[in-house]
Amino acid sequence: MATSSFQPTNKLVKWFDKQLPILSLIHGSVGPGYPSPKNLNYWWNFGSLAGFFLVVQILTGIILAMHYVPQSDLAFDSVEHIMRDVNYGWLLRYMHANGASMFFLVVYIHIFRGLYYGSYKHPREVLWFLGLIIYLLMMATGFMGYVLPWGQMSFWAAKVITNLFSSIDLVIPGVGTSIVQWLWGGFSVGEPTLNRFFSLHYLLPFLIVGVVILHIWALHIPGSNNPLGIDVKGPQDQLPFHPYYTAKDMFGIGVAMIVFAILVFYEPNLLGHTDNYIKANPLQTPPEIVPEWYYLPFYAILRSIPNKLLGVIALFTSILILFAMPWLDRSKVRSARFRPVYKVFFWCLLVDVLVLGHIGSKPTDTILFQIGSVKIDYVTFGQVFTAYYFLHFFVIVPLVGIFEKPKPLPESISKAVLKAGGAAAVALLMLVAPMTSHKAMAQEDSSTEALTPPKQQWPHHGPFGHYDRAAVQRGFQVYKEVCHTCHSLNYFAFRNLEQIGFSEAEAKAVAQEFMVEDGPNDDGDMFMRPARLADHMPPPFPNDQAAKAANGGALPPDLSVIIKAREHHEDYVYALLTHFGEEPPAGMKIQAGLNYNPYFAGRQIAMPPPLQPELVDYADGTTATLDQEAHDVVTFLAWMSEPKLEARHELGFRVMAFLIVFTILLYFTKKRIWARVKDKE
Amino acid sequence: MTTSQPAAEQGDGRSRRDFLLIATSALGAVGAAVTLWPLVDQMNPSADILALSSTEVDIAAVETGQAITVVWRGQPVFVRHRTPEEIKEAEDVKVADLRDPQPDTERVMKPEWLIVLGVCTHLGCVPLGQKQGEKRGDYGGWYCPCHGSEYDTSGRIRQGPAPANLPVPPYTFLDATHVRIG
Repeated sequence: MATSSFQPTNKLVKWFDKQLPILSLIHGSVGPGYPSPKNLNYWWNFGSLAGFFLVVQILTGIILAMHYVPQSDLAFDSVEHIMRDVNYGWLLRYMHANGASMFFLVVYIHIFRGLYYGSYKHPREVLWFLGLIIYLLMMATGFMGYVLPWGQMSFWAAKVITNLFSSIDLVIPGVGTSIVQWLWGGFSVGEPTLNRFFSLHYLLPFLIVGVVILHIWALHIPGSNNPLGIDVKGPQDQLPFHPYYTAKDMFGIGVAMIVFAILVFYEPNLLGHTDNYIKANPLQTPPEIVPEWYYLPFYAILRSIPNKLLGVIALFTSILILFAMPWLDRSKVRSARFRPVYKVFFWCLLVDVLVLGHIGSKPTDTILFQIGSVKIDYVTFGQVFTAYYFLHFFVIVPLVGIFEKPKPLPESISKAVLKAGGAAAVALLMLVAPMTSHKAMAQEDSSTEALTPPKQQWPHHGPFGHYDRAAVQRGFQVYKEVCHTCHSLNYFAFRNLEQIGFSEAEAKAVAQEFMVEDGPNDDGDMFMRPARLADHMPPPFPNDQAAKAANGGALPPDLSVIIKAREHHEDYVYALLTHFGEEPPAGMKIQAGLNYNPYFAGRQIAMPPPLQPELVDYADGTTATLDQEAHDVVTFLAWMSEPKLEARHELGFRVMAFLIVFTILLYFTKKRIWARVKDKE
Repeated sequence: MTTSQPAAEQGDGRSRRDFLLIATSALGAVGAAVTLWPLVDQMNPSADILALSSTEVDIAAVETGQAITVVWRGQPVFVRHRTPEEIKEAEDVKVADLRDPQPDTERVMKPEWLIVLGVCTHLGCVPLGQKQGEKRGDYGGWYCPCHGSEYDTSGRIRQGPAPANLPVPPYTFLDATHVRIG
């Protein structure tokens, strides 16, 4: 099927295109003027999908930058402002956070597709390099974006990753430190670091766009590779890109949008880390730090090498080694379909990388299994898989390239569009694998290790979940009368009461119970006045130091996002509140001023038993048992952590319904268009 | 394609394909258009901004003939304690001759207190005339330094490019000396 150059019939179009041939360019790049091999399977969808998610990221990112404040005291607050007050802010932020995951996922599949079908081989080496440069830029962009919310994980990711460069000190003393301080703009990660990361996070995506254009340009010189890996012999092997592959790509985008929407609307925090809902604290590293899932395999490689410099070298080598693939692989046959030995090792590499990703998500001292007295922990395990990773590239690929006897190649590209069932299943596996491996395993063996809280039923869970309004209101009463003695609720404004069923007059009455500082007045003095609807809940203590001093040195955390900031969420807080006063196990010493609680990390907590039966007199007449109070206040805090959950569920339902219908239509449209090819044959 | 095959069949196939293509494209266009709304709406005032909608002012210290400027929704509001002459001037104007006809009685709750938004209706500058000695224009109210619009003692446009009177914000007298704007 021959393709033609752009020949418009419309006079105006002709006139315009003659002076600026941009329409010709589009026609020849992604239009009918780009002849593509007719046998591209669904693995070839992931290039256009990557482009789609790049656009999603840039659009949502530009918008988030309109509301985000790159200032270390305000960054975290501005993100919560986006989540709570900006119109559709929650949607845009969840799209951006999960869009990054989707972008990496499709790019990983795209890279592995290239490895399987030999797309890095002559004449496409430059195309391969450009792709890898895009990937490197993505890693830098993703990392800096993760720093911006300025949560605990943000801060410590920034510190650890920038400190990779300090390993240069081991080669030339002092140089590493100088580089790291140059990156930070100070003696630690701080204000200047956040500012420059924001600037660069905004810039790099546009560099990515530039390299993507080069990538597509380089693609069009030799044309697309194909599942058979053999060269196109003539027009009979080709189809015009439009409408055949545009239709197929659109169907792929439909499917990807469904996966994306499930994440955004129903599991928006699945791939994030609870600790990133805790404001950055430069004086305290979280108990375990984990990078975003898309860096986990490399993180595992870094950790498995017990030498700082070598670990960093291994980390960078593991990525840069991909640049050498065109030379490491000596085989002239591109597609693994005709390379029985390489094919096996390809799958081994994929499994190796997935296992490395799983290892990277685990704390280093986790024991994997025990044979007699020999304990195999995750580090040892990681070393084996790291060794295999390098073995694959440095030994297996070159040797297989030389000694493998490939199967005979077909004469020309076969006529049928290849079946994609198996491919889709593997794609799904790749999608699910990193997500499941991300969840930490429960450990209940040691007596100081916190117990895993039992699962409770919460009516706001599930795709159609709604908050129990009455429970939220009662929970607010518990918070106000009990928790507020010590815990602040900084993101709560009295106007928010109207969202949980208070009338404006009732909300005003509640606000007037609190005094807030205002001023200065005309005499220059600050003064106290009753709170109004627009005011935020005043904190019980003027600052953290006062809060600590009044609570035996322990800082009662702010409760605004506490449910999202703790593993096991509602279940954890509920279990914690309902398990005070139990007898500690024999032999366990409880420090003075602490209380035993089996669900708290270390099982000793500074908070005295906060709840007891009949502590509040419920306005709606409900009997205030301890369980009831705990249940209500947890429901209130869940609402406080995620006030837009109901809007999210409702919009999610509509979006899902639309996307499913749309994707089915896209599928049949694609089928219709491809039926023309079958008709011709 | 043989001639004995009815042409209608081919036509059917094509029209079904066309219908499918049109339906898919139309749905896609609708989806894209609807998706635009959150991207646009996010620029509208956010919930916290909308909530900052009232300001309380103590007017006890404002002498006759004086004016104060208070901030409401990030914009200046002029609160002027008018003299009897200013009130008379404002009331005696022939309403029909005005560019934006409105009697003074519709613009005040208490004649001695004029409360208007201090933003010129031309292009948004803050007119002069609040402080003693500032230029007030020929009508004794306010004079906008940007493009020369002149307002009278009721804040109505009398001369210059501005199309409308200075708007009166919603307000209530809480008591004799306190006003809540918004």
